[in-house]
Order: sequence, then structure tokens, then C-alpha cells
Amino acid sequence: MTTDHAVDIDKQVRIYITVFVSLMALTIITVAISRFHLPVPIAVTVALIVAIIKGSLVACYFMHLISEKKLIYAVLGLTAAFFVALLALPVLTVHNGFWIHG
Amino acid sequence: MEIPYTVELRRDTGLNNGKIGIWLFLASEVMLFGALFASYILIRTGAPTWPRGDTILNVPLATFNTIVLISSSVTMVMAWASLMRHRFGTYRLYMGATILLGGVFLVVKYFEYSHKFETGLFPSTNNFLAIYFTLTGLHMLHVMGGMAVNAYFWGPGAKLWKTNPEWFINRVEHSGLFWHFVDLVWIFLFPTLYLL
Repeated sequence: MTTDHAVDIDKQVRIYITVFVSLMALTIITVAISRFHLPVPIAVTVALIVAIIKGSLVACYFMHLISEKKLIYAVLGLTAAFFVALLALPVLTVHNGFWIHG
Repeated sequence: MEIPYTVELRRDTGLNNGKIGIWLFLASEVMLFGALFASYILIRTGAPTWPRGDTILNVPLATFNTIVLISSSVTMVMAWASLMRHRFGTYRLYMGATILLGGVFLVVKYFEYSHKFETGLFPSTNNFLAIYFTLTGLHMLHVMGGMAVNAYFWGPGAKLWKTNPEWFINRVEHSGLFWHFVDLVWIFLFPTLYLL
């Protein structure tokens, strides 16, 4: 193992610990906010924003997505597009299929 | 016959086959949980009333489990980093801790489920509990699967370290990607089911 490589891993380990502390803090924030009993739309928005931040930290640093190859981004981009379409389907049905009947 | 591109990178993608494979698998997992989340949204928005999760579920236990699972993600990535530093003993410690934390998560979940069943709350009781048991049950199966793979790489699978350390590091990294995904799913399940 070269010295540069060892320094690089040491740097990454420090990042992992920082991310871990951030995730713990965000978990406490999530629970604390829920105690305010905010109106449902606001509570959902806040909870989702915090969850997205936490999820991004895990994906970017623990799963190393921040320095991944283009093909992986392409696979995930396609997945994200289908995922959004999947979540949008229930929303579209609210209007009783207006896009079919005109 | 030797399996190609287990360690060396493919020229066209710049990745080894294992890395592409695990990400494609995780993409399919996103769609699986995505379908269940979409069902949850549909059922919840269509219901005249919906209970707050914290009136039925145990938030302190779930918070504890969130901390346990996040900690296990850190020990998992530290296990991989230990291998990168060629410290096999430290790897074993971190990987052991990851498996142990996964076990703690399951034990806590067992108590949560037991309490629900004892008080007469079953998946058939209402839509909220049906969704709760389906999503957390599927997630628990993933925890079990991840633990089984991690246990293999902690025990018998670790022999590969002596013969082909780079391949072993790759396998642990891929196993870690799945474990972090399991953590990621819980990060969304926790507020969705317990706090809203």
C-alpha cells in the first residue's frame, strides 16, 4: 500500500465519521420535528426533505456514488425516471382518468 | 475456467461485472419498494381518515432501531476501509459488529411485532397495519439476506482474502452496497410509517 493510498483512505474514514454524526443529528431532528404535530402537508414535506438529505448522504458517501462511473449514473437515472412515473400514477388517478377520456 | 472481470475493469464501462450487477439489482429493488410506496400513497390519499403512526407504533423503539441501522452502515463501510488498508483483523471486528447490529435490529423488531400481536393488532386489522407489516416485513427479509451474505464473508468466504484479496475486497464492497441500500430504505420507512 502506497503512502498516498493510505492517506486517501484515512481521509475517507474521517468523511464516514462526519457523515455518521450528521445522520444521527438528522435522525434526532426528524423525531423532534414530529413532536410539534405540524399540519400533515407541512409535516410530510419536512420529513421527506430530511429523509432525502439523509438518503443522499448514505448514497453519496457510504455507497460512493459521489465518485462513481457514468454507467452507474445512467442506470440510476433511468431507475429514478421509472420511480417518479410509478409514484405519479396514483396522483393521475385522482382525476378519474381525465387523460384517457379527454 | 476463470470468471472474467471480477477484479480487472472492463474497457467499455470502466467497471467490473460485479459492480454493474449489484447496481442493476439495487435498481430493481428501488422499483419493488417504489411500487409499495406508490400503493401506500394511493391507499392513504383515498382513505377518509388515517391514523398518525405514533398513536399505534412505538416511536422510541423505532428511533433506537434507526440509530442501530445507521451505525451498522458505518461499521460496514469501515470493514471495507479496513480491507483497503490491508488490516484483516480490524475488518473482522467491523464486519462482526455489522452482523451483530443487524441482529439487534431484528430482535427489536421481534419485540415490536410481538407486542402488536398480543394487543390484537394484525395486518388484517386495518389498511395502516397492512401497509406497516408488509413494508417492514419485506425490509426485515432484506436485513436477514444482508446478514447472511455478511456472515458468509465474515466466516467461510473470508478464505478468499488469502488467495485473491482484491476480489475479496470487491465482494465485500458489493455486499456493503446492498447493506447501505437496506439502511436507505429504512431512512424513508421510519418517518413515513412512524412519524406521519
